[in-house]
Amino acid sequence: MKLNTEFRDKATVKNLVKAINALSTKPITLMEVCGGHTMSIQKFGIPSLLPKNIKLISGPGCPVCVTDRKYIDQSIAYSRMSNAIITTYGDLIRVPGSSSSLENERALGRDIRIVYSILDAIKIAEENPDKKIIFLGIGFETTTPGSAIGILTAENKGLKNFFLYSAHKVMPPAMSALIDEDVKIDGYIGPGHVSAITGTGIYNFIAEELGLGVVIAGFEPLDLLQAILMLVKQFESGKPAVEIAYSRVVNHEGNLIAQQKVNQVFEPRDDWWRGLGILPDSGLGIRSEYAAFDAENVFEVEVEPTKKDGACICGSVLKGIAKPFECKLYGKGCTPMDPVGPCMVSSEGACHAFFKYQSL
Amino acid sequence: MKRENILLGHGSGGKLTHDLIDKLFVKYFSNEILDAQGDSSILPIEGEQISFTTDSFVVNPIFFPGGNIGNLAVAGTVNDLAVSGAKPLYLSAAFILEEGFSLSELEIIVKSMADDAKAAGVKIVTGDTKVVERGHADKVFINTSGIGILPKNRMHISSGKNIEIGDKIIINGAIGDHGMAVMAQRNDLNITSEMVSDCAPLNGLIDAAFAVSEDIKFMRDATRGGLSSVLTELFEGKSFGVEIEEDAIPVHDNVLGMCELLGFDPMQVANEGKVVMVVKAEKAEEIVLALRNHTLGKEAAIIGEITVSHPGKGWIITTIGGKRVIDMLAGEQLPRIC
Repeated sequence: MKLNTEFRDKATVKNLVKAINALSTKPITLMEVCGGHTMSIQKFGIPSLLPKNIKLISGPGCPVCVTDRKYIDQSIAYSRMSNAIITTYGDLIRVPGSSSSLENERALGRDIRIVYSILDAIKIAEENPDKKIIFLGIGFETTTPGSAIGILTAENKGLKNFFLYSAHKVMPPAMSALIDEDVKIDGYIGPGHVSAITGTGIYNFIAEELGLGVVIAGFEPLDLLQAILMLVKQFESGKPAVEIAYSRVVNHEGNLIAQQKVNQVFEPRDDWWRGLGILPDSGLGIRSEYAAFDAENVFEVEVEPTKKDGACICGSVLKGIAKPFECKLYGKGCTPMDPVGPCMVSSEGACHAFFKYQSL
Repeated sequence: MKRENILLGHGSGGKLTHDLIDKLFVKYFSNEILDAQGDSSILPIEGEQISFTTDSFVVNPIFFPGGNIGNLAVAGTVNDLAVSGAKPLYLSAAFILEEGFSLSELEIIVKSMADDAKAAGVKIVTGDTKVVERGHADKVFINTSGIGILPKNRMHISSGKNIEIGDKIIINGAIGDHGMAVMAQRNDLNITSEMVSDCAPLNGLIDAAFAVSEDIKFMRDATRGGLSSVLTELFEGKSFGVEIEEDAIPVHDNVLGMCELLGFDPMQVANEGKVVMVVKAEKAEEIVLALRNHTLGKEAAIIGEITVSHPGKGWIITTIGGKRVIDMLAGEQLPRIC
């Protein structure tokens, strides 16, 4: 099947919307926790197709957005070390730290390179044996296996100049913290690629203990509408469950090899989330067996004091309790060009997606 | 964050570029001709209207499928003149060369420029050469300026002041080919593809459109910043709105696929051979047919229209029938994390 056409078929979309309309009687609020979903929903204008009683809100699923500003400050400090090359995925580069950004530091001459895979960073390490290559490991369960493979590859190759600075996080603690914080939602549109790795077992407590449905969705319009239909069906019948609307990629057990590699290299630790604070066992640190590849363990750098958020309400946006346009900075002091908060920086941030596409 | 340095994004053709122009260049250089900010300036000289434009070319890699930096340097300047409605006549060509750059590569580039100039019916009549030390430039940078004659009845095109509600918006073919062809060539991506840049001088195609109708009310070439930048320039601050049918926009499958992969919006990807026209509704079909009869307009299409609703804004009807706004690229396009 071709994603560009079949999963965007107008007639099928129409039928699905009709089915949702026919089934949905009560007001329902669904949260998409994945930034990729936020982007697709806005890009295709999905809210403009749904009945008024269905509300979609964005959750804390954009890895750049939930990351502490201190992480950027520390990455900048690493970039200022002599003989350091910072390698990063593109999204991070424009995120403002307390007084600078990686983009700004690059303009000042620091060696900061965008890579598309951690294996590119490994290659840079091999080609530059006299330099220290630090890879900024960020993301949820989707990108963590890549980071694990990166470290294992570096170990196999006997590289002494490759390091990872981990901001990796896991999704379920945030999904349950939101409910604890009394964020009013009636179901989760579950993250597609996270679930491809983890399987669906990690969400069972949400249906069983918290009484909320979770439907794993893909990223095409039909995937998302199908998931919305399934969540509406669960909600109307009062039977929350964990279901998959993305079976071409996700199964219940997940990718066992990826899970094993992640467990081999990383271990859970408490981590700080923008908007949610410190959540137990929500982050992933590098295990002591691989400490030689852990930038935090190897390098001591002086990091500037972390600046507070000020008027930016990214925290509330990430919890779904405020819409981007309810922030007084939105579109004025804070735009994708000159972002204040991370939700406006990342292409998957709720503020950025709203600003860019603003679906009717 | 207060910006104290130039970022790559300042050259992206998106919002950062526009800000730099408005807050620095126009601030100091301001005059009635510059302030019009068309693709070309219109100079009243001795009763004639002369179109004048300049552009610099720093593309990396300098050779890419479908052309090289020399083709861009001629096409870019010819197109800036042609979309103002002018007949391009004369170009200048200035080269900044890096010490050690291959002479045979330079010859290929210069020959491409000569071929394109000939095909476009323009003469390269003056030039300049500078060489800088190794590492102080990247192989070759080219600046071209151009002048042309603007017929009196086409003076409105640059500003688009004759645009009316109901006018149709046309593009001469598929978007994003140039940006993605260049992107795929960059060695850090390892993408093999058949993508070919659309780089071409458009004055012949534009002549073909004028041959069937003078009811062309606005033209811009969609270069850096892509189609969405041109559309934004079209509706921003205006008393009308723009509505675009996403399905109607031609995009090649490989470009769309690569955009999906990298998280780019094809509407924000660069082109070097695409013109956006706003034309009188009744003439739209006829103009599209004329474009399709030209080699550079085979995939020409009507993609939208000028609306009375939502003045100053652009809406796009998405492929699935949803509605959202059109926005300009904010900075350098960044690939996404996951």
